[in-house]
Amino acid sequence: MSKTKDVLVTPIFKNNPIALQILGVCSALAVTSNMATAMVMTLAVIAVTAFSNFFVSLIRNHIPGNIRIIVQMTIIASLVIVVDQILKAFAYEISKQLSVFVGLIITNCIVMGRAEAFAMKNPPLPSFMDGIGNGLGYGAVLLFVGFFRELFGAGSLFGIEILPLVNNGGWYQGNGLMLLPPSAFFLIGIFIWIIRTWKPEQVEKPDFEMAPNTKKEAA
Amino acid sequence: MSSNNDTMGKTLLVTVLLCVVCSVVVSAAAVILKPKQVANKELDRKSNILAAAGISDPNKSVDELFTQITTKYVDLDTGKYVDVPAGYDDAKAAKDPQQNVRLSREEDKAGIKSIAQIKPVYLVQSDNGDVEKVVLPVHGKGLWSTMYGFLALEGDLNTVVGLGFFSHGETPGLGGEVDNPSWKAIWPGKKVYGEDKTDPKITLIKGAVDASTPNAEYKIDGLSGATLTSNGVTNLVQFWMGENGYAPFLNNLRAGGA
Repeated sequence: MSKTKDVLVTPIFKNNPIALQILGVCSALAVTSNMATAMVMTLAVIAVTAFSNFFVSLIRNHIPGNIRIIVQMTIIASLVIVVDQILKAFAYEISKQLSVFVGLIITNCIVMGRAEAFAMKNPPLPSFMDGIGNGLGYGAVLLFVGFFRELFGAGSLFGIEILPLVNNGGWYQGNGLMLLPPSAFFLIGIFIWIIRTWKPEQVEKPDFEMAPNTKKEAA
Repeated sequence: MSSNNDTMGKTLLVTVLLCVVCSVVVSAAAVILKPKQVANKELDRKSNILAAAGISDPNKSVDELFTQITTKYVDLDTGKYVDVPAGYDDAKAAKDPQQNVRLSREEDKAGIKSIAQIKPVYLVQSDNGDVEKVVLPVHGKGLWSTMYGFLALEGDLNTVVGLGFFSHGETPGLGGEVDNPSWKAIWPGKKVYGEDKTDPKITLIKGAVDASTPNAEYKIDGLSGATLTSNGVTNLVQFWMGENGYAPFLNNLRAGGA
């Protein structure tokens, strides 16, 4: 039982797909300009990773090794289309804002990475949990970034005004950079910094060490 | 993990089964959810038209409110009402060489290359058939994107009721402020035409409009930090209100019928 919990919880901070594995950053830049889209994107990714892990794991003993990536892609792509269709039917406004990024979940490295790394070797239930866990890990970063971008860029959270903007007769001058995708780079960088200060074991060894100074100081 | 997974037969079997199952799931989702998606699109379009016309009532559904609105189709050349086959889509017609009008470089102020010959217009009529409001679909290039919206006019066919865009890809916080309610609130009451009813005078200017200046009723505050989007809005309004746009239709309507 505790193993299931482990599988579910570790990807959120200890082994976060964006912060530690640096996967799926592209969509994290695009859909985080406000909390509502970040939230829906999180749910969509959780659903897709969980179910794709589940189905891949279910048939893992029958997948021929040389076409396994294609099999995984087919399952993932089908699930993404289903999610996209459901969003269009039940959350039309938000699906308009997410536009192509729902479709791009197919190429989100987290989904495929987990299918290949975890679901191919583990039974369906833990795989399902691993999918939810990694989806949550992705979502944690998305919501963190979305929180700051919407609050400082548009002065609101989930569309509810927190800091009244100058444009609407308030006092807060919105930070335009926050509404543009590059600001997410800074925020994700800060997020990674915070996590690695808190859990120093995540800090990678530098690929190149600076050589010690060999020249003798002038006497 | 039996080793015979990699035989030709097994590979083919798995592939075929997987494809069949996945395609059934995907097509089922598409077919089952289709009516709801179409309804959503329709609802979205209707609520945009209502928003431009300034009609809202929290106690009534969009469909109920939309019953006040009559949809008609207009031939832009003659400015007369025409009948169209069911399911006519002006966005598709704009791309179809049989049904579109190509614009020359001088005509193409809005940067849209070709327009549909027949456009829908939405009328709010009083009980005795007088036109109270007209909602006209407009679109044109902004800075990054083509902006799609509706412009609504009062029954005098000159005073603006409202302008709203339902689809655009302008910079958030700058050009994206075309969605800002306080900017949209500037539009109602402005005038489109002066003496000449085919040559619109309305423009966006730099900075805020001083109400005491002459011709202030033809001027709209520009969006700060978004000169190109503001120019785009001016251009698209001028184009659609001009002689290649709805001016012939509006003149017919003014003269008593179209």
